[in-house]
Amino acid sequence: MSRRRVSAGLLRAAVCLGAALAAPLAAGQTPDGQRRSGYDDMSKSVQAMQDDDMANPGMLWVRDGEGLWNRRVGSADKACADCHAGIGSISGVAARYPAFEATLGRPIALEQRINLCRTNHQRTEPLGPESRELLALSAYVAQQSRGQPIAPPADPRLQPFIEGGEALYARRQGQLNLSCAQCHDDNSGRKLGSATIPQGHPSAYPIYRLEWQSLGSLKRRLRNCLIGMRAEPYDYGAQEYVDLELFLMSRARGMKLESPGVRP
Amino acid sequence: MSHALISVPKAVKRGQVFEIKTLISHRMETGFRADAKGQLVPRDIIQRFTCTYNGVEVFNLKLSPAIAANPFISFFTVATESGTIALRWTGDNGFAVEETVSIKVE
Amino acid sequence: MDEAMTHVPPLRAATRRVFLVRSSGATAALVLGASAATVSHAPPAHATPAMLEAAIRGVVGNAPLRPGKITLDLPPLAENGNSVSMTVSVDSPMTEADHVKAIHVFNEKNPQPHVLSAALGPRAGRAQLTARIKLNDSQTVVAIAETSVGEFWRASAEVIVTLAACVEEQPS
Repeated sequence: MSRRRVSAGLLRAAVCLGAALAAPLAAGQTPDGQRRSGYDDMSKSVQAMQDDDMANPGMLWVRDGEGLWNRRVGSADKACADCHAGIGSISGVAARYPAFEATLGRPIALEQRINLCRTNHQRTEPLGPESRELLALSAYVAQQSRGQPIAPPADPRLQPFIEGGEALYARRQGQLNLSCAQCHDDNSGRKLGSATIPQGHPSAYPIYRLEWQSLGSLKRRLRNCLIGMRAEPYDYGAQEYVDLELFLMSRARGMKLESPGVRP
Repeated sequence: MSHALISVPKAVKRGQVFEIKTLISHRMETGFRADAKGQLVPRDIIQRFTCTYNGVEVFNLKLSPAIAANPFISFFTVATESGTIALRWTGDNGFAVEETVSIKVE
Repeated sequence: MDEAMTHVPPLRAATRRVFLVRSSGATAALVLGASAATVSHAPPAHATPAMLEAAIRGVVGNAPLRPGKITLDLPPLAENGNSVSMTVSVDSPMTEADHVKAIHVFNEKNPQPHVLSAALGPRAGRAQLTARIKLNDSQTVVAIAETSVGEFWRASAEVIVTLAACVEEQPS
C-alpha cells in the first residue's frame, strides 16, 4: 500500500496510538461513575435537537413506526398491536435487547425480533436491513423505553456471546491495526480529527446521525467504525454485530436509553 | 411516507404572538453531490414553505439547497381568530404536502 | 492540496475526508478510480465572496446596509456541516407602519450563496425564524432584514465546521 497520501494528521494519530499502546490490551471497562453517553460529548445545539421532540428528526420515524405498529399485514392479517395489547406493553423491551432466541440457539437484536414476529406471527415478508419501515418500527419500539436504564437480561445462555463480543471489541483489525478498545476505552474524550471520541455506548439507537442525514441502526454505525478503521465490514446479517451489540449493551448497563438519539 | 410534525399551542389569547414549529421528512438532495460512480445526484429539494391562517398568508419561505435534510422550520404569528392554520411544502419532482391544524383563540 | 484532487468531482469541501479515503485500499480506490471517468458539468465547488456580495446586492440593490437590529444566532463551532441550527431575529415593532418585510440569509462558501428568504408582515407578530442549514466548510453567514420603511439591516456570523471521524462509503 502506498503510504504517500496518508494525511499527516491520520498518520500522526495512528503512530501516537501505536506508540502509546504497545502492550496487548484487554478491553478495559470504564468505571461506572465515569461513563459518558455520546450525548454528553455533543454541543448544546445538537443536544437541544435531541431533547425537543419537535426538532428531533428521529421522531418522524417514530411517527411512521406508530402507523406500521397498527397496520394489519400478512396472511395472518395481524397488526403488532393485535398481539402486543397496546404499545405500553413494549415499554422496557428495547432496554433489554439483544436477547436469547431459543429457536435459533443464539441472541438476536431488536430488528431481528421484529422480523421474526413478521414471518412467524404476521406471516409476511421480513423488512430489509436499514429499510425505512424497519427503522421506523425499531424507533417506535425503542422510544417506548426512553429514559429507562439499559438492562441486559441476566441470562446465562448469553454469556458466551457477550464474551465473543468482548473479544471482537478488543481485537486489533484492519489496515490501521486498531481495536475498538483503543479508541473508545483508552482515548475516549480526546479528539480524532476534530471529532470527540465517544466511549461508544449504544444508548440512543436508532440514531439520527447528522452525517447520514437520516435515521440508522447500531449496525450501520458499527459499519462506519469498521470502515473508519480500514477494516472489512462484516456482512449485514453477520452474527458479529449482534455479539458486539450484546457486549456494548452490557458495558452500558444502567445508562439511560435515549432513543431516538441525535448524533453528529 | 412524506409526513410532517407540527406543533401549535392548544389555545391562545387574542393578540398573543405564538410560535409554530414544523418538521418534515425530505432528503433535500442538493444537486451538488456526486455518487460513488462520479455522477452528479440530481437536485431534489423543497423549494417553498407557506403558512396561511384562515386563508391569509402569514409566512412564506423560499428554501435553497443549503437547507438541511428533514427541514425544521419555526416562525411566529399573531392569534387573530379561531380557525385553521394550513402549512404547505412544495418542491422538485412535484413534491406537495399540505397539513392543517386547528387553532382556538379565546 | 494534491494536484490529483482537481479530478475529484465536487463533493463538499471535505479535504480531510478525501485524504482519508484515498489513503485506504481497494474499496476507496474503486470509488475514486471510477469517479475520475465521468464528471458531469458541475457548478464550481464552492461560491466565492464575490458571489456572496453579488447575491446580497441582488436583494438590496444600492441601498445602504446597516449593522444592527438583526441577530443571527449560529453555534461558533458546528460538529457537522450537514445540519446547523440557525435562528434569525429582528428587533421590530411589527406594526402595519413599521415591520420586517423579509429576512434573507446568505452563505460564503457553499456551492451557491443563498440559504433562505422569508416574507413576513405585521401578522407575524415577531420577526424571528429558526431553521437548520447546511454549511459546506467553515465560513461566514450573512443575514439581512428588509423593513417596510425601506431599511436594510445586516448581521453576520462565523461558523467553524468540523467533520465526523468515522464515516461510510460514498452513497450510490
